[in-house]
Parts: sequence; C-alpha cells; structure tokens
Amino acid sequence: MPVHGEIWTIKELFVYPNENIVWSIQIVLYPYLTGLVAGAFVLSSLSHVFGKEELKPVTPFALVFSLALLLAAPLPLLFHLQQPQRNIHVLFTPHFTSAIAAFGVVFSVYAAIVASEVWFTYRQHIVESALSLRKAEGLPARLKGLLYRVLTLGSYDVSEKALKLDERVATVLAGVGIPVACFLHGYVGFIFGSVKANALWMTPLMPVIFIMSAVVSGIALCLFTYIVIMEIRVIFKRPSPWGPERGHPSAMPQRETDIQIIRIIAKYLVFFMILALSLELLDLVFHSYTAKKPYEILQTIIFDRFAFNIFGLQYGLGMALPFLLLLLPSLSIRRAFVASILILFGVFMMRWNVVIGGQAFSLTFSGYMNYQLPIIPHDLDTFKEGLAGFLLLLLLPFGLLWLFSRFLPLFPKKEKLSPLG
Amino acid sequence: MMNWSRRHFLKNSAKALAAAAVPAAAYELLTPEILAAVRKGKGPRWAWVIDATKCVGCGMCVQACKRENEIPWETTASRTWVERYVVTTDGRVLIDSPNAARDGYTKNNPMGEQVPAEQIAKGFFVPKVCNHCENPPCVQVCPVGASHVTDEGVVLVDRSWCIGCGYCLQACPFGTRFFHPVHKTAEKCTFCYHRITKGMNPACVDACAFGVRKWGDIRDPNSEVSRIVRTERVTVLKEEYGTKPHAFYIGLDRIVR
Amino acid sequence: MRSHVFRPLWIALGLLALFLTARALYVPGDFGVHRGDYTYGWYRTGNEDDWKAVQVKHKGKDYCAGCHHENYAKIAASKHSRIQCENCHGPARDHPMDPPKLAVDRERDLCLRCHADLPYRPKVYTGLPGGPIPMKMQNPEVHNPGLPCVTCHSVHTAGWK
Ligand code: SF4
Ligand code: SF4
Repeated sequence: MPVHGEIWTIKELFVYPNENIVWSIQIVLYPYLTGLVAGAFVLSSLSHVFGKEELKPVTPFALVFSLALLLAAPLPLLFHLQQPQRNIHVLFTPHFTSAIAAFGVVFSVYAAIVASEVWFTYRQHIVESALSLRKAEGLPARLKGLLYRVLTLGSYDVSEKALKLDERVATVLAGVGIPVACFLHGYVGFIFGSVKANALWMTPLMPVIFIMSAVVSGIALCLFTYIVIMEIRVIFKRPSPWGPERGHPSAMPQRETDIQIIRIIAKYLVFFMILALSLELLDLVFHSYTAKKPYEILQTIIFDRFAFNIFGLQYGLGMALPFLLLLLPSLSIRRAFVASILILFGVFMMRWNVVIGGQAFSLTFSGYMNYQLPIIPHDLDTFKEGLAGFLLLLLLPFGLLWLFSRFLPLFPKKEKLSPLG
Repeated sequence: MMNWSRRHFLKNSAKALAAAAVPAAAYELLTPEILAAVRKGKGPRWAWVIDATKCVGCGMCVQACKRENEIPWETTASRTWVERYVVTTDGRVLIDSPNAARDGYTKNNPMGEQVPAEQIAKGFFVPKVCNHCENPPCVQVCPVGASHVTDEGVVLVDRSWCIGCGYCLQACPFGTRFFHPVHKTAEKCTFCYHRITKGMNPACVDACAFGVRKWGDIRDPNSEVSRIVRTERVTVLKEEYGTKPHAFYIGLDRIVR
Repeated sequence: MRSHVFRPLWIALGLLALFLTARALYVPGDFGVHRGDYTYGWYRTGNEDDWKAVQVKHKGKDYCAGCHHENYAKIAASKHSRIQCENCHGPARDHPMDPPKLAVDRERDLCLRCHADLPYRPKVYTGLPGGPIPMKMQNPEVHNPGLPCVTCHSVHTAGWK
C-alpha cells in the first residue's frame, strides 16, 4: 500500500523511509498561477497608479484576466490536498505561524479588491447592458439581462459625477491592490523560503524572487494573450468577438496600434526580467559562496541533475533568448509573441526547479529522489497530481477569461470605455 | 575629564562583569531538562533516550509499532525505523533502511552490496523516531492547527482536522512524517499516546529486548532519562535546525544522518 | 451613505458575517489556544482524547502470564527473558476473545533478526541482570541452511529441544 507520493518518486542511495516527493506538479502550478495573478494585476495597475497612460488600452483586459487567474489560483492547492473537502479549515482555524494560513486571508482580501475593481471599471457597461436588455426577448438574452441586473448591485447611477467617482475608487483599489498582490505572492515565496529543513528553499530572498518572477510571468502572459486575441481578429478579418458591439464596423482590426503597446509592455518586461535574474543569481552565488553543509548535495542538484533544467531551459531558453528577442531593435509582433511564450515557459521552469528540485535531494543529504510525472491517470491521485489535472487547471484561467469576455468587453472602444477612456 | 572617564570606565567594567556573570550562569542553566521544566504547564515532559551502541538491528520495534499503530504492513513508511551504517576500509559510507527495517537486518548486504567482514571499518544501527521537539517546526507550519504539542510535550496530529497539505512533512528535518495511506492525514509517532497515558511503555520500548529505547519524564530529576542526560555523553540529531529534539542519543557517529 | 460606491463593501461585509456564523457553528468548542501558546498550542483538546482512545494491542507479557504461567515462568528464567511473548506471537489484542488463537512466527528469519552474524552487530548482550554475556550468532548460510531453527532449539528456554 503506497503512501502519498511513492508512485511518482524514485529513490536513489539513502533516503529516509518516509520521504517522498509530496509536493508535486500542482505545487509547481500553484505559485505559477498566483504569480500570473499578481503580474497581470500589476500590469493593469500601472496606468492607474503610476499614470502610465500608454498602457490604458490593456488595463481592463489585464484586470479581467487577473480575476480569471485569481479564481483558478487556489485550485492546484485544492487538488493537492489529501483532504480537499476540509480546505475551509484554513480560514476557520487559521494558524498564522504558517505561511499557508496567512495565504488564505490575504487571498480573500485580494479577491475582494480585484472583484471590486472590475466592478467599478465595468459599471457603466453593466448598467447600460442591463438597461438595454430589459425588454429583451428569448431565454438567453433574458438570462443575460438578469445577470447584468444582479451585477449592477441595484445601482443605475451613471451620471458624470458617479463615473468620475468610479474612476477614483478604481484608482484607489489599484493602489491598494499592488502591495496586496506583492504580499500575496510574497507569501507564496515565504511558504518555501521558511522551510528551514530544505536547504534549497531556505533563503530570505525567496519571497522577493517569487514576486519578481511573478511580475515577469504575469506581464508576459498578458502580452501573449493580447497578441493572440488581436491576431485572431486580424487573421479572420472579422469584427471583434469579444464585445457586444460585434458586427459594428468600428470594431475592425487596427493593427498599427498593437505594436506600440506591445513595445511598451516589452520594455517593462525587460526591466522586471533584469530584476528577477539578478535576485536569482544572487541566491545562487550565495549558496555556492557560503557553501554550508548541504552545499555538497545542492551542488550536484544545481550543476548536475538539474543543470539542463536550470541553465538550459530556465535561464537559456526562458530568460536569455527572450531577453535578446525583446531587446533587438524594431520589435515585431511575431518576435514579441515568441518571447512571451519563452518567458512563460522560463518562469514555469523556475517554479519547477524550485519545487521539484528542492525535493530532488533527501534530508539525509546522502540520497536523491527523482520525480516521474504521472501521464496516464489510473486513480484519483494520479489524475489530480498528474498531467491531466495539471493541464486542466493550466487551461482553466483561459476558459474563465473567455467566459468573462462574454459579459465584459476586454478591449472596450475608446468612446465606450468607462471610466478609463 | 580624566576623572570622569575613569569613573565611567570603572562603572562600566562593573556592569560588564555583572553582565558577563549573568550569561555564564544562564548558559549553565540551559541544559535540556531545565529548559523543559521552564515550559509552561506542569506534570511530565516525555523524552527519549536511545542507546545506539546496543542496537542489533532486529527491527522488532518497527514491527511492534506498525502493528500497534495500524500502519499497513505493506507500507514502506513507518513511524519508527532503524538505519544501518557501514563504513568500508576504503572510506565508503553505505546507509540503508529497507522497508524501514520492519523485517530486521538478517543479511550483510548494506545497500544491496555484499561487503566482506574484513573490508568493514565500522558499522552500527541507529533507531529513529519522532524527536518530539521542543520547537517543532512541523507544528509551526501547520496552517490549521491540526499538528500540536500536548502538555507533556508530545507532538500529535488531529486526524479529524488535518487537511493533508503536507507542509509539516516538508518542515520536519528528520523525515519522520508521512501520509497515512488509509486515513490520508499526516502521520507520525505519537509516543504511543494511548499507552503512555495508561501507564504503559510505548510499543517499541517493550518490543526491544536490548534496552536500546528508554523513555521518561525529563522534568523529573530522578527519572532514568534525566539521569542519563545529566550524567552521560548524549547528543541529539541535527541540532543546527534549532528544533530542540527530545530524543537523546548515546553512541552516535558523525556520519549519522 | 446611499452612494453606489459602498455596495461592494456591504457585500464583502455580508460575506464576512456569513463566514463568521458558519465558523461559529462548525469549529468545535474545545478548539483554541492552550497554555497561552499560539505557535504550538493551537488545537482541539478533544484530539488528545481521540488518541488516548486508540486500542492497546500489545498487552505485555504480564497479561499473557494470567493464563500461560508455565511458559511465562520458563521464559523468565531463560536468557530470552527480556523478549515479549508478542514479539513472536503477535499482538494479543483481546485474546482469548478476539482473536481466539494467536499465530506463532516459526520462520528462520525471525531468529536471524538477532542471531545472524553481521560484522557490525554488537558482540555482547547486556540485557540480562546477571551481567554481559556473548551474543549467540550464526552464519545462516553455513548453519543448517533451510532448517527452521525450532527444529533443534527451544525458544522458550533459549536452549536445546
Ligand atoms: S522530529 Fe519532526 S515530526 Fe517530530 S516534533 Fe520534531 S519536527 Fe516534528
Ligand atoms: S498535513 Fe495536516 S498536520 Fe501537516 S501541516 Fe498540513 S494540515 Fe497540518
């Protein structure tokens, strides 16, 4: 009768009998998704809080995406729990000396902030849709109208004054949201950084490293999705499927504006990549310079067993190459697209190398554990913590984004944009 | 000026002397049993004393523990286990603990390797168990209060409250925790709480015919464990993690993991 | 304030109230901070009783002595005196009610757990009141391989059959 983790753990040399890789693929995905949430939110806040006017067109999109990611982010954790039905205990009897307990509260606060900001951003659209669908015929349209009416929260005030107020509140929320987003993701870093038993994880830099790579991955994801959405419109040469104004001639693709925004986003991306890289290298240098007791085995992990993962995939393919692609002059959409995919992959590899790499060596410092991702699920564990469960949760945010886009236009037209236009 | 600074100097030296005297006394007081006594709460504080020099690696303790505490026999994990250390004359270190040593060591095959007796420089067995640490990181990281310390210093897991996040499995530097394959909650040595609270010995203690495992109240100066900790050369595992383990070992070697 | 601005806040507060009510109903009353120690004493006291209620399976040789006095006395006088009956016979649980019969492990491997001659096994046995004695060890590969030890040896007297 295998204990949890035994199925995908292959032990080498001397490993304690009870040790297994208990934090598997879902715990790789969990900080990844949380990071994307934080990154997308930071991007959406840049125009509000730091007055980055040039980013305004992507603000609502990044915000809604952040909400979609946010809803998906705790699910990997849930999939990974051995007693998922008890998840509410984290909020009912939180033990704040644990980073996971703190995560529960910070997450709830953050969710409230993001949801409110979405509401304030889209209030005009919601009210207008609710009014226009009031007399709608047919069940789908009536249901849609009902949903909009619920979403108005009973307020139909779209006077000039009210909209001004909306914008002010959204700005305040964006301002409050940034530290909370960093907090949220810092905590995720803290979950690892505070495990003193794990020589690879235990570093005070961990929370900061996680925040930086979070911002990088979040911005890259927005870039990626933005390009996908825009290119779909260009490729199919048809009006936007993303807003209620479908069929309207003004929704025809406008490619020229895209590349400007992409170049701006790319600049921020490069900036945060530099920060992330320097912190990660600092950590690496410190491990090897101070070379404490566990370093002997860490060395074999970093420079041997995970060398290809770390230097080839994470830094080479996921950092250096996209860095070049973004920095070379006259950035094209295609190059930005490839770069954003590479960055997303690179940050994912970073999570992988931290989570799986950190468990690749035994607490004995005399043995190794190799992880074998379950591909074909044959029971609940191998589904939840296998490739299938992973892909399901990885794609979920995109599904949610699509769902939200049915109700909230991701790229509102200038004149319809409220209150940001 | 001169005068002032001399007085100042003298006064400060007196202070420094007093300050030096206090920590010196404090360090003397910082023996494990005193530290344990300072803990809030009265009554016993249980601790292990494990005499590794006497262990023959029969694994009877593991067998008894698994049966007493209903850890499925076919599970490789165990609340307690026995490790074998063999150092060859050419300096290689072989360590293993197949199936947590539930079947004992009956063959000379460390890590599956036949090592002739004349090539063995030294070798020994080390029983392992939860240290019931004074500052258990496993309890500190539990997000829901399922892991906790009792008044007697026993670290327990609440099977009805544990959400199975595995954080405690990561936090314990000794690798004592695992997920119970049936209950799906974090599992660990309970010091045989159901036995010791009835005045019995933990199952592993009874099963050991060699007197390797001793347990008792470290707050009671007359108990066997506090006498040994006070008067003999004992050590604990992985002290550097600051968890203050309460399993005191006799006869450990530096290669012990 | 009638402004729409506070509506999300009211919803959040409503959810919070709902949450607190659910929490009060769900969390057991004995859950709390004990010994004034939130780090290590945040738990449900009932859990201690849960663990105390676990069935004792190994009853110890004094329990066996209640019926099997002869064997008990024999072992007590032998060099196996420190070995529990249940080490070889398995846990008594509620024997003789449940289980009515206990199996006995007659495997060679059981004896070898202590008596196989491993180079790093302590050579002296200090477990007896009479002082240290040499540990009886055999190389299982040359010492009557394949034969159960109990063919010639008597476990209860630690002597010959
Ligand atoms: S040995 Fe491990 S499980 Fe036991 S109290 Fe210490 S940290 Fe916790
Ligand atoms: S696995 Fe259970 S006992 Fe361990 S930290 Fe998580 S909730 Fe607590």
